Amino acid sequence: MNTAATDLAPSMLPRPFRITRVRREVSDVFSWELEPADGGLPPAYVPGQFNMLYLHGVGEVPISISGDPSGETLVHTVRAVGAVTEVMRKLGKGDEIGVRGPFGVGWPVAEAEGNDLLIVAGGLGLAPLRPAIYHVLANRARYGSVAIYYGARTPADILFRKELERWRGRFDLFVEATVDAADIRWAGRVGVVPKLIDPRRHSFDPDNSVAMICGPEIMMRFTVSALQAHGVPDQRLFVSMERNMHCAIGLCGHCQLGPEFICKDGPVFSFDRIGPVFHAREL
Amino acid sequence: MEPLKPLEELLLEHPFFAGMEEGPRKLIAGCGRNEVFHAGDYLFREGDTADRFFLIRHGTVAVELHVPGHEPLVVDTLQSGEIAGWSWLVPPHKWANDARATTLVRAISLDAKCLRGKCDDDHSVGYEVFKRFIPVIAGRLSAVRMQLMDVYGDPGKRR
Amino acid sequence: MKLLTRDRFDEMLCLLHDDGYLTLGPTVRDGAVVPREITTTDELPIGWRDEHEPGHYRLLPSDTPDLFGCVLTAQPWKAQLFPPERTLFSVTRKNGKLAFTASPPDTTRRALVGVRPCELRAIEVQDAILRDGPYADDEYTSRRAGTFAVVVNCTRAASTCFCTSQSSGPRAKAGYDLALTELLADGPHRFTVEAGSPAGEALLERLVLGDATGADREAVETGCAHAAAQITRRLKSAGLPEALKANHEHPRWNEVAARCLNCGNCTQVCPTCFCVAVEDQPDLAGIEATRSRRWDSCFNPAHSYVAGGVIRNNTRSRYRQWLTHKLATWHDQFGHSGCVGCGRCIAWCPVGIDIIEEANAIRQKA
Repeated sequence: MNTAATDLAPSMLPRPFRITRVRREVSDVFSWELEPADGGLPPAYVPGQFNMLYLHGVGEVPISISGDPSGETLVHTVRAVGAVTEVMRKLGKGDEIGVRGPFGVGWPVAEAEGNDLLIVAGGLGLAPLRPAIYHVLANRARYGSVAIYYGARTPADILFRKELERWRGRFDLFVEATVDAADIRWAGRVGVVPKLIDPRRHSFDPDNSVAMICGPEIMMRFTVSALQAHGVPDQRLFVSMERNMHCAIGLCGHCQLGPEFICKDGPVFSFDRIGPVFHAREL
Repeated sequence: MEPLKPLEELLLEHPFFAGMEEGPRKLIAGCGRNEVFHAGDYLFREGDTADRFFLIRHGTVAVELHVPGHEPLVVDTLQSGEIAGWSWLVPPHKWANDARATTLVRAISLDAKCLRGKCDDDHSVGYEVFKRFIPVIAGRLSAVRMQLMDVYGDPGKRR
Repeated sequence: MKLLTRDRFDEMLCLLHDDGYLTLGPTVRDGAVVPREITTTDELPIGWRDEHEPGHYRLLPSDTPDLFGCVLTAQPWKAQLFPPERTLFSVTRKNGKLAFTASPPDTTRRALVGVRPCELRAIEVQDAILRDGPYADDEYTSRRAGTFAVVVNCTRAASTCFCTSQSSGPRAKAGYDLALTELLADGPHRFTVEAGSPAGEALLERLVLGDATGADREAVETGCAHAAAQITRRLKSAGLPEALKANHEHPRWNEVAARCLNCGNCTQVCPTCFCVAVEDQPDLAGIEATRSRRWDSCFNPAHSYVAGGVIRNNTRSRYRQWLTHKLATWHDQFGHSGCVGCGRCIAWCPVGIDIIEEANAIRQKA
């Protein structure tokens, strides 16, 4: 949708937002609750979309929205891994940042209605999936069986643990978690995420399932293979991709993965679309 | 208490023997016996002679590495329907890890010497056993490699 | 078709000036022909001939009176519509509060006099990315809206040219305000003129023009055909996108990587390359900051940086990215090739890598 010349500048112009709450999550991960500094409402978004968060004089990073899309608070969950996010970690309640967005193609929560859902998250990957989970739980009757599979490094790294345990307690949800390694105090499962997906423990109809997968690329690769082995067709598998982004609007050229611009053709892709380039090395 | 099912029937129920013909299955059942472990019991310990392997029917088994001066590290957990122990197949037939029941575990153990003997006598039985073990070991190897890669770790410090 | 005599060419330039256009044309600077502001025909590269070969560009004196005897400017015209550097916004931080001020786009109207048909095609290619997509670049859109294009068709080709393979020349078909062809034989030094837009027609009405004869029309056909006949390089386009995408691991990539210096010249002289990097300039007090964008290149090692590393971290993968994007995945993204056949990348590559040779080699079975 092309806009008039006078409206064009805003697509690269951030809007000031104020941090209203900082929540320490696990290890180097924290969440921000944000509200517009001008007192208005944050823009509406769909699960899986991201914003560009701008830090005065430091830089801008793409961060998935991790809150409830039906709510009025904008939530972002961030891992301090680079120059900009390390500075972000130092900000507190009342500080202002710039927000641009929302951008991107989100999770197929509407198209997946009527299907069984397999939500598979690894590490920080649970954050971009959380809005989808909220949406599904708010519209639970529209979906078949719903399973959430989660993998983390160690028990101390389980993101949103209290929520996961609450979800696990529901009668209409199957939740299973695993860690890569643990000490003997952990009574749960140890091993890789794909191993959690076991039709004997939670059955799903592969031809009428939709899988939403998010995590490190290696984890997504193995999970896709496992789901393919269980008979889920590629067009029903969805992954969320990540690449270097400068503009988030398809103009800077950095986020390209083969023919796809991750910022506007993704970040969520069905595997039948992204498959050929997903496995290509150094692309 | 439930009436005891014949071992052969229990073997049929276990996914490991899915698709195996009656003949080989009967032979293998001859090497088996029922076992029960309470939470905290060790099914086997690293370095001991690997004299059997286990078909887990119920419960969870943690595969552990003992680390001197530290608590043991759990590197895998095995659920019902899975196999615990493959060292019986590989000389010198010594367990490579500890295996501890984290819950009540009901399993069928299959005697290694007995089974190795039957495989030597009848290679078609051997083929059925090895055919099923290779995917299990391959899957473990693949998983361990992924765990080794520490995919959730700090991306800047990844190997 | 009308006729403009050579001695009246300045009148056209004057009209453009008077109408408030920043008038740009090819001109000689530091031994190369580049697009710059011009006021009279004297500033055009008269008496010069350009020579383009792989890894080679020379400007040689010539005794012909052509105004547009040089085939191709060394620099592309893209810097006029898509400036190499541009401030996006400035931001002030006071008491923890941020106030953003967008930098308004440039509204200067530009007359591009002497663009070649391939260059015009390149502008169309950039229109599709920077103006006509779901998001538009405001600077490009603004400058583009105020652009008046006077294309000069080619009657001579350089050895590096291959516009015929890309259907972008030697004669412009559409997308111009005025199209000129320079004729020197069988009559006075003159230009055939065709209007391609209402603005073009309006300008023609204010010029003293003759009518082109049948012989003139034929001369235009012959001249352009002559240019086409001089073109020896051919890029086989049929099936090329699929072949390049399928041959991701072709050994030829290793070979070209051994020669490529990763200097990025090709991306700088390419009239369709559009990658930009966004950067921040804070002040020392932490109060004022600006954000700007500048041209970038996929040969830049940091181009594909993600947390923890660079995905295309060697010359081989970066060269492959550039070539595959330009000739293959551009089709998936925009429905046409990203290459217009101007050949600048061949001339300006220090080691003379020829993308046609590479593309033709890679499409063969390994």
